[in-house]
Amino acid sequence: MSDCSSALQRQVQDAYHSGTALNIIGGDSKSWYGREPVGEALHVGAHQGIINYMPTELVVTVRAGTKLSDIADALDKHQQRLPFDPPYFGESATIGGTVACNFSGPRRPYAGSCRDFVLGCTMLNGKGEILKFGGEVMKNVAGFDVSRLMAGSLGTLGVLLDISLKTLPHRLAEQTVVIDADFKQAIKLMNHWAGTPLPVTAMCADGQTVYFRICGASSAVERSRKEIGGTIFDDGKSFWKDLREHQLSFFDTDKALYRLSVPPAAAFELLDGTQTSDWFIGWGGAQRWLTSDLPFEVVQRYAKKLGGHARIMRGGNRSEEVFAPLSPALMTLHKKLKHSFDPKGILNPGRMYKDL
Amino acid sequence: MSQSLLQELAKLLPAAALLTSKEALKPYECDGLSVYKGLPLAVVLPETIEQAQAIIQLCKQHHTPIIARGAGTGLAGGAMPTKGAVVLSLAKFNQILDIDVENRTATVQPGVRNLAISDAVAQHGLYYAPDPSSQIACTIGGNVAENSGGVHCLKYGLTVHNVLGVKFLTVDGELIELGGKALDDAGYDLLALMHGSEGLLGVMVEVTVKLLPAPEVAKVCLAIFDDIEKAGQAVCDIIAEGIVPAGLEMMDKLAIEAAEAYAKAGYPIDAQAIVLCEIDGTEDGVAEFIEKVEVVLTKGGAVETRVSKSEAERMQFWAGRKAAFPAVGRLAPDYYCMDGTIPKAKLAEVLKQIALWSDEYGLPVANVFHAGDGNMHPLILYDANKPGELEQTEEFGKKILELCVQVGGTITGEHGVGVEKLDSMCVQFGKLELSQFLAMKDVFDDEGLLNPGKAVPTLHRCAELGRMHVHNGQLPHPELERF
Repeated sequence: MSDCSSALQRQVQDAYHSGTALNIIGGDSKSWYGREPVGEALHVGAHQGIINYMPTELVVTVRAGTKLSDIADALDKHQQRLPFDPPYFGESATIGGTVACNFSGPRRPYAGSCRDFVLGCTMLNGKGEILKFGGEVMKNVAGFDVSRLMAGSLGTLGVLLDISLKTLPHRLAEQTVVIDADFKQAIKLMNHWAGTPLPVTAMCADGQTVYFRICGASSAVERSRKEIGGTIFDDGKSFWKDLREHQLSFFDTDKALYRLSVPPAAAFELLDGTQTSDWFIGWGGAQRWLTSDLPFEVVQRYAKKLGGHARIMRGGNRSEEVFAPLSPALMTLHKKLKHSFDPKGILNPGRMYKDL
Repeated sequence: MSQSLLQELAKLLPAAALLTSKEALKPYECDGLSVYKGLPLAVVLPETIEQAQAIIQLCKQHHTPIIARGAGTGLAGGAMPTKGAVVLSLAKFNQILDIDVENRTATVQPGVRNLAISDAVAQHGLYYAPDPSSQIACTIGGNVAENSGGVHCLKYGLTVHNVLGVKFLTVDGELIELGGKALDDAGYDLLALMHGSEGLLGVMVEVTVKLLPAPEVAKVCLAIFDDIEKAGQAVCDIIAEGIVPAGLEMMDKLAIEAAEAYAKAGYPIDAQAIVLCEIDGTEDGVAEFIEKVEVVLTKGGAVETRVSKSEAERMQFWAGRKAAFPAVGRLAPDYYCMDGTIPKAKLAEVLKQIALWSDEYGLPVANVFHAGDGNMHPLILYDANKPGELEQTEEFGKKILELCVQVGGTITGEHGVGVEKLDSMCVQFGKLELSQFLAMKDVFDDEGLLNPGKAVPTLHRCAELGRMHVHNGQLPHPELERF
């Protein structure tokens, strides 16, 4: 447990005065994500500890350098969890990095995303000033929603110091059921069941099988299993964890890993130059993984036609753009917003877009 | 200057879409917070995005403020017109553009009523979850601007949790598209930022909402308490049991009496407090959990519990709570609805203090809460015709909001800041945070034409007020006694 706010503040203030770029590092578990990191290391990992945990208020306030595993342990004692089930991508993963990347696991379409559960944050802006936004309650509309804006901003708007997140109980039975299906059938099935009241909390497809995780009161789980049909998959728990952590054999590749975010029922048409085994569909159809060395522009165009966008998740050329392009008007807003938080552009410059 | 703008608007719009006479402007002089009124220069009612763009561009050329308005049901004066401003009504943007059952989305114009969305998709077994109490009238555009909540946001989230995409017009009349039907978009989360931006950053012209499968069944447990503290604790106990209700509401004695006289929902008028706890889901799941809820509430000291046995009975249990505001409105010539959020654990403390102030001011207060998430609605009863009573009421209200911040909460849970809570923003936020808000406003609207004088106070205002800044829920000099 340690509060490193002052030391971190000093380092950012110094960097502001000297115009030195800073590379914000928590557990260093996600250095491979986004464009190439540049700058002097700003280590947030030592800024750790649970500041306030109120299980009956469904809120936990933590320092950004706190490890995800420590948060999971603390919440587990009260039979609660972070509802967006974040991937770690490394045991050293911190909550600050998770929120900065807005990473969410297989539960995301059914429970909500990381950003959905952010209630408030304390942060250092690009001048080394400490600002506090939001709070520890969900019903809160005072001021602009800067806390949620910070989620997914890749450290380019501020250094997260403390974060308040909503928690949820985690006591219910879970079971995974599988059915044979190709991608086209899988997308139909997954979206059909997502439109019914049955308590499905994760769905994915690998091109031959579709996986459903059912979670809820034991009676509801049994009934869901019967209605969905298929067979029980005993290894459900480790399967979903492996999917979340990209440890399934699908992710073991030398090619670039693309992430496509599309409407969940978007049709599956094989992109030219790819084969079925290059694809994995998660989030009930809304998050599609592709291992390929096709150029980013080709994959982005394909994703856009489906009504979504693409990004290079891992690999590829990190000195070029890895996130979907923004319209000129949108990019202008981004630059101005960034400037309003970080006037000298010292915080994780270029981590999201070349010119940001 | 103004004359030339009106002339240009008259050239652009059909006569019926441009209101300038005093009689025609009167209905737009306020929103749901009727104590704050103003007459604008004009009200425009465009029908297309192109018309709205042209209006905004004309206003910008003439340096004229633009105040977007949905149904005008807001309770913080966010749509109150200011002199010389143009009210941009989105009322004619009332079409549902697309219902996508497979992807479970609905794309609608901003003037579509909240409840109209659920009505339109009910035949597909879907619905739109956020249910602010004004849902029969309020519009989705306004819901986005306020990040509206409602009874069911305890389980289903606020508007921001249920919207996938938004198209809005900037102060330059540029159309910006955020999101769509996918679960996220590239870049910064401007979609989150637009929610609760109270008309300051842009004008919504299209909203894509997430639709959920309608629950199979819902049941309500009504629990009667002879002690409001016990009721507050019982609410915490439900959460401690690992239950996440769809709705969890509470009313105090005065609110119960008023509601029963008005709605005749069967509430016991001698109760100190009632708790309404709704569980939704599958038949079996609901049966299991509603039983658990009953047990918890009884253990928590409920003198009686009732569980709805049919959909009709469930609606009847809710009737009193849903009619609480108009019901309370019958008790006095006027009432002032407050909106603050506190940690549930502080409920007893806050209610005690409100009761003390109520005696001091001689103004009765009825309390209605979204108990599950700590969002309070104290209703202060007063008579605007009594000289000075409105001012006293507002002073009382501000004290309540300050107290919310002091105990670790916030000045507004769902109604927004508008004009009403500008002073209270000076209590909740410090100079650095307010400067950041103002800088962000500047990014979108450097001339300050979009809904000026709302939501974010100027630093000057806060300095003038000389308010104590309550930082981190702590007063300065905590060692000093407060009287």
